Amino acid sequence: MAFSALRVLKEGLTGNSGWTPHWRDPAPKDEYDVVIIGGGGHGLATAYYLAKDHGITNVAVLEKGWIGGGNVGRNTTIVRANYMMPGNSEFYSHSLKLWEGLEQDLNYNVMHSQRGQITLFNSDGARDAAMRRANAVINQGDDAELLSVGQLKKTLPYLDYDQTRFPIYGGMLYRRAGTARHDAVAWGLARGADRRGVDIIQNCEVTGIDTQGGVVQGVQTSRGPIRAKKVAIVVAGRSAQVAAMAGMRLPIESHVLQAFVTEGLKPCIDHVVSYGMLGHFYISQSDKGGLVFGGNLDGYASYAARGNLPMAEHVCEAAMTLMPMIGRAKMLRSWGGIMDMSSDGSPIIDKTHIDGLYFNGGWCYGGFKAIPASGNCYAHLIAQDRPHPAGAGFRLDRFATGRGLMDEEGTGSQHNLH
Amino acid sequence: MRVAGFGHAVDTAQPVSFTFDGKRFSGGQGDTLASALLANDVRLVGRSFKYHRARGIVTTGSEEPNALVTLTRGAAVTPNTRATMQPIYQDMAANSQNAWPSRAFDLLAANDLLSPFLGAGFYYKTFMWPQSFWEKVYEPLIRRAAGLGALDPTYDGTRFEKAYAHCDVLVIGAGPAGLMAAWTLGQAGLDVILADEHDTLGGRLLLESETINHTPGHIWAAEMAEKLHAMDTVRIMANTTVTGAYDQGDFGALQRNDAHLANPDATLPTETFWRIATRGAVLCAGAGERHIAFPDNDRPGVMLAGAVRGYLNKYGVAAGARVAVFANNDNAHQTALDLAAAGQAVTVLDSRSDAVAQGDYNLLAGAQVVGTSGRQGLRKITFTQNGQTRSMACDCLGISGGWNPMVHLTCHMNGRPTWDENLASFVPTPGSVPGMVVAGSAAGVMATGAVLADAVQVASDLARDLGASVQTPILPSTEDRPTGIKPLWEVRGHGRAWLDFQNDVTTKDVRLAAQENFRSVEHMKRYTTQGMAPDQGKLSNVLALSVLADATGRGIPETGTTTFRPPYAPVSIAALGAGGHGKGFAPERFTTSHAASVAANAPMIEAGFWYRPSYFPQPGERTWRDSCDREVAMVRGAVGVCDVSTLGKIDIQGPDAGAFLDLVYTGRFSTLKVGKVKYGLMLREDGFVLDDGTTARLGPQHFVMTTTTAAAGQVMRHLEFVHQCLRPDLDVSFASVTEHWAQFAVAGPKARNLLHLVVDGSVTDDIFPFMGCGAVSIGGVNARLFRISFSGEHAYELAVPARFGASLFDHLLRAAETLGGGPYGMEALNVLRIEKGFITHAEIDGRVTADDLGLARMVSGAKDCIGKTAAGRPGLVEDGRQQLVGLRPVGTVKKILAGAHLFNPGDDVHRTTDQGHITSACYSPSVGSSLALGFLKNGRARVGETVVMVEHLNGITATLEVCDPVFFDPDGGRMRG
Amino acid sequence: MKIPCPLCGARDSREFSYLGHAGLLDRPAPDAGDAAWDDYLHNRDNPAGVTEDLWSHDYGCAAWVVVTRNTATHGILSSRLAKDGAA
Repeated sequence: MAFSALRVLKEGLTGNSGWTPHWRDPAPKDEYDVVIIGGGGHGLATAYYLAKDHGITNVAVLEKGWIGGGNVGRNTTIVRANYMMPGNSEFYSHSLKLWEGLEQDLNYNVMHSQRGQITLFNSDGARDAAMRRANAVINQGDDAELLSVGQLKKTLPYLDYDQTRFPIYGGMLYRRAGTARHDAVAWGLARGADRRGVDIIQNCEVTGIDTQGGVVQGVQTSRGPIRAKKVAIVVAGRSAQVAAMAGMRLPIESHVLQAFVTEGLKPCIDHVVSYGMLGHFYISQSDKGGLVFGGNLDGYASYAARGNLPMAEHVCEAAMTLMPMIGRAKMLRSWGGIMDMSSDGSPIIDKTHIDGLYFNGGWCYGGFKAIPASGNCYAHLIAQDRPHPAGAGFRLDRFATGRGLMDEEGTGSQHNLH
Repeated sequence: MRVAGFGHAVDTAQPVSFTFDGKRFSGGQGDTLASALLANDVRLVGRSFKYHRARGIVTTGSEEPNALVTLTRGAAVTPNTRATMQPIYQDMAANSQNAWPSRAFDLLAANDLLSPFLGAGFYYKTFMWPQSFWEKVYEPLIRRAAGLGALDPTYDGTRFEKAYAHCDVLVIGAGPAGLMAAWTLGQAGLDVILADEHDTLGGRLLLESETINHTPGHIWAAEMAEKLHAMDTVRIMANTTVTGAYDQGDFGALQRNDAHLANPDATLPTETFWRIATRGAVLCAGAGERHIAFPDNDRPGVMLAGAVRGYLNKYGVAAGARVAVFANNDNAHQTALDLAAAGQAVTVLDSRSDAVAQGDYNLLAGAQVVGTSGRQGLRKITFTQNGQTRSMACDCLGISGGWNPMVHLTCHMNGRPTWDENLASFVPTPGSVPGMVVAGSAAGVMATGAVLADAVQVASDLARDLGASVQTPILPSTEDRPTGIKPLWEVRGHGRAWLDFQNDVTTKDVRLAAQENFRSVEHMKRYTTQGMAPDQGKLSNVLALSVLADATGRGIPETGTTTFRPPYAPVSIAALGAGGHGKGFAPERFTTSHAASVAANAPMIEAGFWYRPSYFPQPGERTWRDSCDREVAMVRGAVGVCDVSTLGKIDIQGPDAGAFLDLVYTGRFSTLKVGKVKYGLMLREDGFVLDDGTTARLGPQHFVMTTTTAAAGQVMRHLEFVHQCLRPDLDVSFASVTEHWAQFAVAGPKARNLLHLVVDGSVTDDIFPFMGCGAVSIGGVNARLFRISFSGEHAYELAVPARFGASLFDHLLRAAETLGGGPYGMEALNVLRIEKGFITHAEIDGRVTADDLGLARMVSGAKDCIGKTAAGRPGLVEDGRQQLVGLRPVGTVKKILAGAHLFNPGDDVHRTTDQGHITSACYSPSVGSSLALGFLKNGRARVGETVVMVEHLNGITATLEVCDPVFFDPDGGRMRG
Repeated sequence: MKIPCPLCGARDSREFSYLGHAGLLDRPAPDAGDAAWDDYLHNRDNPAGVTEDLWSHDYGCAAWVVVTRNTATHGILSSRLAKDGAA
């Protein structure tokens, strides 16, 4: 069923009885051309693009819980393309372009809102680093604009320009950056893949990866064995466990990142605003009115998907020094996601040592905005056995060789510092 | 309407006047805004989120979904304040929210007529055409219609605070279970904190008419509170909501200190966010009543049955003139009994056909409410009984679908509650939060007598676990009331039946979600927004689950629950972020010359946590560049003084100090002679440069290392790591002495002349050759002198114990003046070092190798060091890496800017043709031109070539010549001479 | 969260900074080969369960502490000084 305003009108007039499942719940078949392990944003996008771009529709997405239950439903919904390292730069640029047509492509309103992101800087050195990054973004073909303090005062009048500990020196405006309704991205991709014949199988946990003579044969699952010509791992937050089934040890350490939302408020923050002193702070307002914000990792390896007070308090302290009006807003809910932190802060999309087994992971806390391009590039790799040009930098061997490391933060091989 | 003879919490003899939506009302001392509004027969208090339906007060507590108001007190504007939790004070000003032009006539109430088109998830299916309309048209409309209260964009300056508390046991909730548990634990000699979110201890006892020990429950509670106050082991924290359970026994709690005051003391915190460290905790959070989904169950006047009698018993307020109760359980009948005692006739509609009246009131057994009417408040209900449909006039309907144990905090560590078929509720799963036990109604024990016994039992067990000996108290007598229940979740009929009042989620939405395959409870929640409003589903989640279970043909336990996450109740960001406003966000570190620099009008800029002078303006200088150029010329021509105390200083001692430094530095330090200084480069273990600095050998087993200002802490931790984790066999130890020594650079051709004016004795090349160091004396004060240079001039750094820093700075400046010198700031320091090609963290950006910096010769081939092996990875050594170069303009250029990228002349400007970037740039008065340092692909081999700098943001393009990074005095004669 | 410092007792996690897995104690020899170094620098078992990791008591005694911890529950089992070597 195609969604449209007319359809909403028609269904509204007839008791909304005609709406059908956004995706089916099929029983797993014995065999697929491609089995994708992980029904998160990236896995669903991979299935979608396998079907759409490569005509491969005999595909199953295996999800151990409910689709979209991982980080795609737990992030702060920011979509941007302000990376500067070769490899990242072209990839996120590609992703942003895919975002820009995603809703029409999917026939699903994911509320992609290009409201602009303003990244503040607070010293000469930070300005120079922001300039380097912004110039790299423009060299890639995307956009960035420098805002003076005077311009900022007009655009973001609620920031503290006078008393704050680290005075604001200026900001970088990325107009095409913004937000999207995170859950809807998973659902829209699931519906898009399902409509092209992909089987989305929930409550189906992969318990083993079958190989023979270095060639993948299929997977063992909580719902029985499934044969597959190709198996694609894309399980943020469980990468280590699933890769271990294939004997792999990854350059990944999993960490908790908290996120926070306030009660609903009338529109007061119109952009994504980010601030980089003593860690990170970023905030935007959802269409429902909640202020959605976050900061750095708690800092310790964790699979608990929840954090502790020190980071929650620190993030609120950053909010208070930056935009004191927020003090009267109330934190309604906090939650945590499991971030697979790679050792250079950038992801991996690559083949593995097993023929027909592919790996996609290590998205650190940048995975949400990457969803369309990650799926697009991973599907390309799976279908054609060679990398998509926009994702060719995400090699698994770059850590060993030191070639093409993408350390955007310059913090080195310590996983939790990216 | 006020009822005489009821309301133990309110003193109507002390009237309190307040305004709501600008209209003046009067309440009594002890009223909440909610009780005072009900006393004044104000029923419509706000509008719902999506359909802008008229809404009234539903509860008596923090779970209130509807009665959220904006409160203005002085300069402070607080949106989304719960009227049920807010005491009134004289001249309090409250306003309703989400209604325009007024709460009675809200234009967006038109949304309600469009509800067939605005069901769950409608927005995912439309608003997609044309593409650009989302940001321009649809989204702004949606945003304006959504949201509740509004933030005031100005900061009101109110004081908030954070604090720590420690105890053996935190008792959460001071209802009958909490009071009893706290008493038991306190008697056992344990340190107890008893926290309750209301101002008076007693919990539901304050809202009920039941007696304990033959006295009214609220009086028993007051007596218990008095006893607890008298115990020095128990600390009572009223108005304190425990908001979260965290690892290893930590809890968060929000205390509201002055919400009841019209003119609070501005020097005292209005709210305090507590971090409570505990050895154990008892959750006595009680239970919360839930409603029943039936058509149009959201009108003002429809309340929880327990709230209806609560307003009577505690506040002396009748919530309506004609009251009915609709329930599926015995407990709700108490509302009829209590109201009957106040002379109000109440009809109870009980869905159980075998329900029995507990007293003298009208009972309709086997009846169900199927509809209501009354646009701005309830006027009539329609119900069925024995197959007949009838209606009844009433302006207040108390509903009760049963009671949910408040399991919220037990879920904060991913615990999932367990379904209890008998209670028709979820109960806590034991062990969900390590160290926390649950007692009373929160554990599913509903009758008061059993609650008290359970609390004693649970608290005693915990006390014993904590090693205390327990005296078992004699339990008070209680009048136990019936607690029978037969689940009824939903009455299906014509019209919408609300689950989540605040987010406007109806049973139709949940059914639509299931129809569209959002069958997982988490999918349903996200698709419908059920439970995501300010009450976080406290009222409605279990009800919504039951509807989903029904729609999907599963039982409630299979359907499962969503997760409760902290905070339990919303917490002001000003409280969680207390102390962060303004300068409080980070420590401030001041050098000993700070006051003198400020007095000299130097703008102080942030350097990490430190403040450093940017430049020292002189009369007639109009811009920072004027001052900077003068200061550079002063250093190059005479002498300058600069406070460099912010550099990290680490004292390293021990027999193995030299061997240790050989491991952390690329170069060899074990062979450094006493009295000499050496420049060192430190790598991370992954082969990239961590930091640079100088290390001086003061004695055979004594070194002092300097680090950059930025990396001081990181380097200190790194040294400790290398020692403790990798080479604990080495006998060496470290102390950060950054704050212990004030250190000043004295640089310029007259540097030695200046020292001779300050230092006792003489400073000669013999004693202090370039890179020499040693002890000197200044007016009898022991000082250290290092002949090192970050300016390329003949220069020293002079260090004295910090207490002498201010006077030494003053002394140095006065002496410098006589030589034509003076102080210089960060701007000049930066120009001086760029002229010399010296690197800072602008160049050491975490991605460069020693070779990239042209410092490969500093990596000793003869020994191992941290980072050496990984630095040999092919990607770090092969051709094509970007290397440090100098860049100078070819012809006239407008400006060279750091952050610009470099391209080959004639190439398209694109990522794929990028050759490098500029890291540092300045105008050099010494060279008479702009200069820059940068990284360029294979740069060292390209000296003499030209490259094009492209800086898009300022629109500057310039042609630059690649040169050696040392622009000034390349052979270093000035430094050594 | 409280970290048990073997020297200072249980202290708030705010006093500590975190480095990573305790495998970092086993620095390979310079000539151990590329694979050993790659593994040391980058690869992690990354268990969802009991692990040993390294914490520095920065705002306390400056000890590096090996903490045995459960990453799935945040439960802490034991701790020891890193300078005492592998368990």
